[in-house]
Amino acid sequence: MKSDDPNIKWLDEPKLGLAGRLYLPLVVQGLTTTTRHLFSKKVTQSFPEQRPTFGNPLIYRGVHRLNRDEQGRVKCVACFLCATACPAHCIDIVGVESPWPDREKYPESFVIDELRCIFCGMCEEACPVDAIELTSLFDLTGRSREEMIFDKEKLLSVYDQTKDAEPMRSTTGRDHVEPAPGKST
Amino acid sequence: MVPITVEALIKIAIFLFVMMTAAAYLVLLERWMCAWIQDRKGPNRVGVPLTKIKLFGLGQPLADGLKMILKQEYTPAHVDKVLFTLAPIVILAAALATFAVIPMGSILPADVAFGYLDRPVEMIVAPSVDVGMLYVFALSSLAVYGVILGGWASNNKYGFIGALRSSAQLIAYELPLGLGILGVVLVANSLEPEKIIREQASTGLWFAFAQPLGFLVFLVAAFAEAARLPFDLPEAEQELVGGYHTEYSGIRLLLFLIAEFLHMVTASFLIVILFFGGWHLWGLTGANVTDVTWFQSIARVGVLTVKVLLLILFFMLVRWSWPRFRFDQLMTLAWKVMLPLGLVNLVVVAVTQEYHASIIAALEGLGGQFTLTACIWLVSILSCIAIAIIAPRSGDNRPRFYQLPLRGQA
Ligand code: SF4
Ligand code: SF4
Repeated sequence: MKSDDPNIKWLDEPKLGLAGRLYLPLVVQGLTTTTRHLFSKKVTQSFPEQRPTFGNPLIYRGVHRLNRDEQGRVKCVACFLCATACPAHCIDIVGVESPWPDREKYPESFVIDELRCIFCGMCEEACPVDAIELTSLFDLTGRSREEMIFDKEKLLSVYDQTKDAEPMRSTTGRDHVEPAPGKST
Repeated sequence: MVPITVEALIKIAIFLFVMMTAAAYLVLLERWMCAWIQDRKGPNRVGVPLTKIKLFGLGQPLADGLKMILKQEYTPAHVDKVLFTLAPIVILAAALATFAVIPMGSILPADVAFGYLDRPVEMIVAPSVDVGMLYVFALSSLAVYGVILGGWASNNKYGFIGALRSSAQLIAYELPLGLGILGVVLVANSLEPEKIIREQASTGLWFAFAQPLGFLVFLVAAFAEAARLPFDLPEAEQELVGGYHTEYSGIRLLLFLIAEFLHMVTASFLIVILFFGGWHLWGLTGANVTDVTWFQSIARVGVLTVKVLLLILFFMLVRWSWPRFRFDQLMTLAWKVMLPLGLVNLVVVAVTQEYHASIIAALEGLGGQFTLTACIWLVSILSCIAIAIIAPRSGDNRPRFYQLPLRGQA
């Protein structure tokens, strides 16, 4: 830094008034503020007894779930888009030929390592059929690493648990997608 | 007849127990205050061990203490082992020894000892020490050795900077501290805490009201001596990690922390004894010295305890109210503000003390003592304003030797 650099702008501290110089009035001011807070309403939420409140649980990024379609089947079509998008490489899918006529593949196994997951929500963004979603369950605990590796059944059960409180964000399944105008299927 | 030594030993035992418990619970109080001021609830989980009873978190000190004791006692390889262990012991011993001359109340009637004693029991470990105040100040200066030893022995730059700051700060504030009590000692004519209290009890005019300037100076200096925020530069976390106890862990850290708390308690006791009349409260405790009723002696303990607690609360409130001083501001405050104010106080007190009778006589028609006190207050406020104008506490201390010519261009 050169002293004659015209880009340097030197500012002076604002001059203190008499109250500032005396300091004592400001001392009293500070004390009043803290005393007021001493008796004001507390914002702490006592967690296990009291469920914390979210702004919007629908956009919270907690534990994953695998959505079911109307017939109760797993919605996923094993397209691997989520696994590709995942920055933590924690989704492991084994896709096999689907027994159902409305899709080609379905996941035989769908495993998410919740310990590696960074809860970024990329999988949810990537999924073309809204099969994978992040719920607002935030207090995920486990006693072993194995317990924290969620398989398909577990992920579907999370859906069963949360489907009432948090409806699927998109109710339009793959079958309901309007064909893009001007394109024939 | 119980020999004096046994009496003193019993007192020391009671007193150590009370102080250690008090220090532990003061830590909890401090954490609560911090939480409440920040709109949180603070520790409220730990209650009776092994049960689910929470008891507002009153078990927290136990948990804190256990944690500290069970933690690994780590001695880094690069430290001076002897001094490293000695430092916390020195600081705690000095902090505890201070209390020998600090009265915990007044006296208990002689029948408390079930006939083993023929004299009233004084609630002080070492009664009638004529140089009580000197003793306190000597020991509190000794505490700085603990800090310096700790910082030096740690062989760590943060520890060392903390220790250096601490020594500079304590030496700077020793002066206003001394000036603050000088006025009190002049009026009370004694260095003995009990006598100072008695003086206030007999006139009914606490020294905080009689010598506002001295009180102000002493209060600020006491904060600085206790190294509490806003003067906690020796261990400024944001700059120095942990200051002089950066390298410490486990029990030795615990000793440091207790000593710090005890400094605050000592400071509160001193302020109460010197400036708020100790155990005296108008109309409740009486001013009688050698012969008290049971009610009076218990009331005196209660009054003293409440006063000290209030002061400790004030200490804690202050801690969360203001930011830390910059080091140069700290020094400016000591040398340019507190020192002159203390001198003004000294002069005012000396003059009024010397010519007290004639001043009271001259002011007879105007209410005597009351007008005198009002005048002292006026002088105090005026000198505060004068100092504020002459010696501003804030300063832009950026190096600006090279940009001065640029001022005109901008
Ligand atoms: S939330 Fe992010 S890290 Fe977790 S599985 Fe989805 S894409 Fe991977
Ligand atoms: S969850 Fe969605 S993105 Fe992932 S494989 Fe299934 S359909 Fe594809």
